[in-house]
Amino acid sequence: MKAFLAFLKKEFYHIWRDPRSLLILIGMPMVQVILFGFAITNEIVDAKIAILDNSKDEVTQEISNKILSSKYFKLFEYLTDKNQIEKSFKKGKIKIAIIFENDFSQKLNRNENPQVQIIADATDPNTATTLINYVSSIVFDYQSKYLKNKSGGLNVVSKMEYNPGLKGVYLFVPGIITVILMLISAMMTSISIAREKEKGTMEILLVSPIKPLMVIVGKVVPYISLALVNAVTILLLGVFVFGLPIRGSLPVLMLEIIIFIITALGLGIFISTKVETQQNALLVSLMGLLLPTIILSGFIYPIESLPEILQYISHIIPAKWFLIILRDIMIKGTEFRFIIKETLILFGMMTFFLIISIKNYKIRLE
Amino acid sequence: MNKVIINIENIYKYYGEIKALENISFSIGKGELFGLIGPDGGGKTTLIRILTTLLKPTRGNAQINGLDIVKDFKKLRKQIGYMPGRFSLYEDLTVEENLKFFATIFNTSIKENYYLIEDIYTQIEPFKDRRAGKLSGGMKQKLALSCALIHKPDILFLDEPTTGIDAVSRVELWDMLKKLKKQNLTILVSTPYMDEAKLCDRVAFIQKGKIMEINSPLTIIEEFEEPLYSVKGDDFYHLLLELRKMKITKTAFPFGDSIHLTTNRNIDTHELNDMIEKRIGARTETKKINANIEDCFMAKMINNM
Repeated sequence: MKAFLAFLKKEFYHIWRDPRSLLILIGMPMVQVILFGFAITNEIVDAKIAILDNSKDEVTQEISNKILSSKYFKLFEYLTDKNQIEKSFKKGKIKIAIIFENDFSQKLNRNENPQVQIIADATDPNTATTLINYVSSIVFDYQSKYLKNKSGGLNVVSKMEYNPGLKGVYLFVPGIITVILMLISAMMTSISIAREKEKGTMEILLVSPIKPLMVIVGKVVPYISLALVNAVTILLLGVFVFGLPIRGSLPVLMLEIIIFIITALGLGIFISTKVETQQNALLVSLMGLLLPTIILSGFIYPIESLPEILQYISHIIPAKWFLIILRDIMIKGTEFRFIIKETLILFGMMTFFLIISIKNYKIRLE
Repeated sequence: MNKVIINIENIYKYYGEIKALENISFSIGKGELFGLIGPDGGGKTTLIRILTTLLKPTRGNAQINGLDIVKDFKKLRKQIGYMPGRFSLYEDLTVEENLKFFATIFNTSIKENYYLIEDIYTQIEPFKDRRAGKLSGGMKQKLALSCALIHKPDILFLDEPTTGIDAVSRVELWDMLKKLKKQNLTILVSTPYMDEAKLCDRVAFIQKGKIMEINSPLTIIEEFEEPLYSVKGDDFYHLLLELRKMKITKTAFPFGDSIHLTTNRNIDTHELNDMIEKRIGARTETKKINANIEDCFMAKMINNM
């Protein structure tokens, strides 16, 4: 036991005394959350808009007001001529322009379907699409109400259920927790064991009476605690900075997080049994773990939209199951009994990786 | 020889096609300071790693303290001390932290066995709060030796402890080994420096995975029968080349400021000197000398080429 404590102490010295690993451990989660939270967001606020209203009647005024009163748009100018539109775009000032046809209200009363033209700056296609969706949504919304009150012949239903800007956070916080936990647990452990091999200290550890299991557990414990601290930090940031809800049970959430951390640690140890240098450990962890975690877990791309073969591969990615569990618990507030299947899969993976990594841990140099 | 403590029987080690060790057999007695001498790549490290249970022999067997190096490796690991060839301590831990760590994982404490390392550790104690990575080469070796000794092993394995450290530290290290030997510790030390052979009780000369000779340094020197001369001259390199061309020459090696020459037959020193002076057209100084341990090993190496 004393030997084990000494080993733990040594591991913490390694972590504290290496500024680079400390930066990765503490800095990265923060930076990622803040990057994804503030910089990389789908929500658009105060996009500058120009309106060319050729009819200036009651209906167009009302639609314009509705658009401008939403938080997404901010009026840049009213235009009077079609030629001004391009100028306005070229100045780079506006993201979107709206043109109402002549005699808008009269045409509407005659059931003629007057036209609202939306022109967006598509140099950034994602922004353009989002803005067009916002505008058409508002227009459809108005139209359906207007028609209901007046004649009610046309039935335009807006399918655009738009996202009040928070959905981005819903998606990325569970995703970042997954990526960070995978990175810290798997990459850092594999590197730290590979370092013992590279520096030759593994030789002395092997010759000493310290048991291999103790070496593994001693490597794992510091990183479990660090990963937990990180998970909690991200959750706190998500809840208090981005207003993310945790609708399900917190103890269940923590339990699932711990299972996932240990799965990742098992993977990390397994990697370290197969590589000899820190550099290889880093490469294998990045290529073999980080990329699949980001791409195949459903963090960035929905699994349903992946090619079929990748969908099958995604089943063996622990992060996929963890992400399902996280989203269910945090956002949907799902009860534990509905995620038993996913939990069992994750638990099975954890056991599997732990067993193979301990089996593969070499008691000699070859 | 005292009671046998290390007994090696027909050990072979292959790495694929490469034969790292071939049919190694010898034994070491309790309290012996045994040297494993040989050029780089000769198999010294492989043999030490097999004996320290870090590698399995391809064939053959060995017992240390009556324990089998393959089957009883767990028990054996408690009884041996090992200092690897390259510095293998935690560079980001301080001197004291390293020593404490190794003491603790061997279930002992610095206090308990301090008397064993006292001589060595007092030399680095002023730097005990310094990180091990910042020590000089000689101090690193002293720390590594302290760490290998802290659990009071019965047998100490040192893989090239004097490689890469300065001459003073080398002498100090050998002095320490001599002192440790007095405490009845069995020591197996490897080195590529032939002159260090004379400091051991017995040496094994290992080359290309085979043992060429095992004996005490004195016996090895006594067994050297070829006539040996030392030749000095002004143009050293020219002299060496010309000596090697002479018919009577068997071998000629530079040795400090002179050249050690062995000949096919016994020849009078004056006659030989005249012969050399005539050949190179300059004054030389030739003396008949007794072989030292390096001459013996050089001769063995040449024979084995």
